[in-house]
Amino acid sequence: MATPLPTPGVGRAPTESTDTGGACASCALAPEATRLARLGLDPGRYSHVVALAGNPNTGKSTVFNALTGLRQHVGNWAGKTVARAEGGFSYGGVGYRIVDLPGTYSLLSASADEDVARDVLLFGRPDVTVVVVDATRLERNLPLVLQVRQITGRVVVALNLVDEARRHGITIDVRHLARELGVPVVATAARRGEGLPDLLAAIEQVATTDDPPAPLRLVHHDPELERAVATLADQVAARFPSLPNTRWVALRLLEGDPGIEAAVRDGSLGDQAAPTVEAAG
Amino acid sequence: MSTDLLEEAARLRRGLPDDVGDRIVESLYTDATRLAETSVDRDGTASRLTVDRALDRVLTHRVWGFVAMGVLFFGVFWFTIAGAAVPSDLLYTLLVENGHAWLRDGAVALGVPAVVTGLLVDGVYLATAWVIAVMLPPMAIFFPLFTLLEDFGYLPRVAFNLDRLFARAGAHGKQSLTMMMGYGCNAAGVTATRIIDSRRERLIAIITNNFSICNGRWPTLILMGTIFVGAVVPPALAGVVAAGAVIAVVILGIGVTLAVSWALSRTVLRGESSVYSLELPPYRPPRILRTLWTSIIDRTFKVLRRAVVMAAPAGAVIWLVGNVHLGDASLAGHLVTALGPIGWVMGLNGIILLAYLVAVPANEIIIPTIVMLTLTLGAPAAGATPGVMLELGDDAQIGTVLVTTGGWTLLTAVNLMIFTLLHHPCSTTVLTIWHETRSVRWTAVATLLPLALGFVVCASVAGVVRLLT
Repeated sequence: MATPLPTPGVGRAPTESTDTGGACASCALAPEATRLARLGLDPGRYSHVVALAGNPNTGKSTVFNALTGLRQHVGNWAGKTVARAEGGFSYGGVGYRIVDLPGTYSLLSASADEDVARDVLLFGRPDVTVVVVDATRLERNLPLVLQVRQITGRVVVALNLVDEARRHGITIDVRHLARELGVPVVATAARRGEGLPDLLAAIEQVATTDDPPAPLRLVHHDPELERAVATLADQVAARFPSLPNTRWVALRLLEGDPGIEAAVRDGSLGDQAAPTVEAAG
Repeated sequence: MSTDLLEEAARLRRGLPDDVGDRIVESLYTDATRLAETSVDRDGTASRLTVDRALDRVLTHRVWGFVAMGVLFFGVFWFTIAGAAVPSDLLYTLLVENGHAWLRDGAVALGVPAVVTGLLVDGVYLATAWVIAVMLPPMAIFFPLFTLLEDFGYLPRVAFNLDRLFARAGAHGKQSLTMMMGYGCNAAGVTATRIIDSRRERLIAIITNNFSICNGRWPTLILMGTIFVGAVVPPALAGVVAAGAVIAVVILGIGVTLAVSWALSRTVLRGESSVYSLELPPYRPPRILRTLWTSIIDRTFKVLRRAVVMAAPAGAVIWLVGNVHLGDASLAGHLVTALGPIGWVMGLNGIILLAYLVAVPANEIIIPTIVMLTLTLGAPAAGATPGVMLELGDDAQIGTVLVTTGGWTLLTAVNLMIFTLLHHPCSTTVLTIWHETRSVRWTAVATLLPLALGFVVCASVAGVVRLLT
């Protein structure tokens, strides 16, 4: 059930991961990003796992390529990435493993690619989830952001395609958005490398913090539903004491989500709250 | 004890309205809308949106959309065919004629045993050289052009145009997207069907994906179109007619996809069509240099490497079956004689069918395999010695070889183009289909159905042509 994520600390020792200046001598990023070393497919030893989520066609693969230095083909259409792609980079001498998830509009598990994305977020428990968002279509992208935020507080929102938004005369109040979501929001134009240094800094900050924001509590205006969620969430918390996102799990159980029900039945839901994640094959 | 939790959830759920799932989603979207409204400020006239809208009005028009589609794809193929001619000739002269002669002379001068020279130089090297000369130029032009169209955002528009047709065929609209993916690689197209939720519609998409011409098959079509179909009209029109022939096969492929989808959804895979939304991305000006670079690295070299990797052992196999003798003829001779009658019925020949057996791992090497088999088998019959490739002379172009030595006609070329579209998927795709369906039965259907169709269509075309002439 649990999607295996790479286990931190496993793998070959880095040969030159601290010597990041040399590795980035020819990279296209601004000078302040020289702390970045792109490690392509082979991250060597790494300390943090970063998951890349987002709606289809928001530029996830472009961000992935910009960070890893890989040249995964980027298509201008929804549904290009259906499986997971993985790569690595080193920032500030620390190794990161990055997983590019299929683009999904929600985590409600309606199709195989949504399942892949949700399992990684829920059971793989990445150290940082970067949600790549299309700035020109914020309204359509926010439901996914809110769903991810309900699961975890270790989130960075990459407000991508801001160059396109500018051309369309759209401006977005980044600070307001960050305040409302309770996590860093970084404006990027990944195609040109714009905003990537800030994105890296935000990823580092969220990955290293000992005190991430709590999962978002969305209040349901329907009192009946709210009562049921609260009751069930208490019981979920009693059964899985270390689970951070009890309300979200309660909601899924109320909906009768088969994936979550199975995870309750075989106890793997509790694994996600365990201190270490076992890579299961 | 964990089932208590599930029972409690079920109990609470009974106390809630039936549409609790919808209410939760609705609540989520209300929050998202509020947050978006307070964060986004739209000012100025969105001029680019207007351009997008105007473009979409034409490119997704009921009628003009199809016209634009035809013109764009026609342009791409014409450009490929016209542009590839000169570099292909150069590579041919360099690698196949001169390179092979030098290597052979070198091997003879060094006193290398004839068997080793045959296997390595006449087999492995020659097959590899053929693959590069035949495939590199058209791919280096076609893939960047196709990628530019993709980056521009055109492919989803094609999917949008075709969506209505797929709905009428009882298939999922997203199948048009997986079909587009198949035009690159069928194995990738089959994997892409994961975006389709319903198993019924997903199986239809998997089975019909093979009717999208993949990377490995474009060169065969383009080559056949150029040297045979283009050659029957005056030279001024050759490029246009050749491109038209390739387009015709692509359209036939779309037609077969729709027909097979329709037939499957009316028989073994009956059911309702799902509703879905297709997002049309904004048109983005492609970054031309970057696109050229990535499409040459990502597609051209990847496909070429696969072809070369497959061609080298295939070359050895071809040389072996051509030179290992059983009784009065070579192994290849026996096989070709055995396959000959079926080939004749299909308007092809035994050599072509044997080539398809050798080339199961990769469609990329079909043409080189056919040419090499024709040379090794055809030439001794014409009275030459086994070291045939050297005696062919300067104008040993593919077309001449196939016509004079192989006895090809226009019918052979046209039927090969049809068979290129309608035959079993390559072994990678078959493996992917099994992996995605986990069903031997559906894998067998997806593998054998195209082959059966290919046999029927080729045999019908051959029969009609033979009746008329």
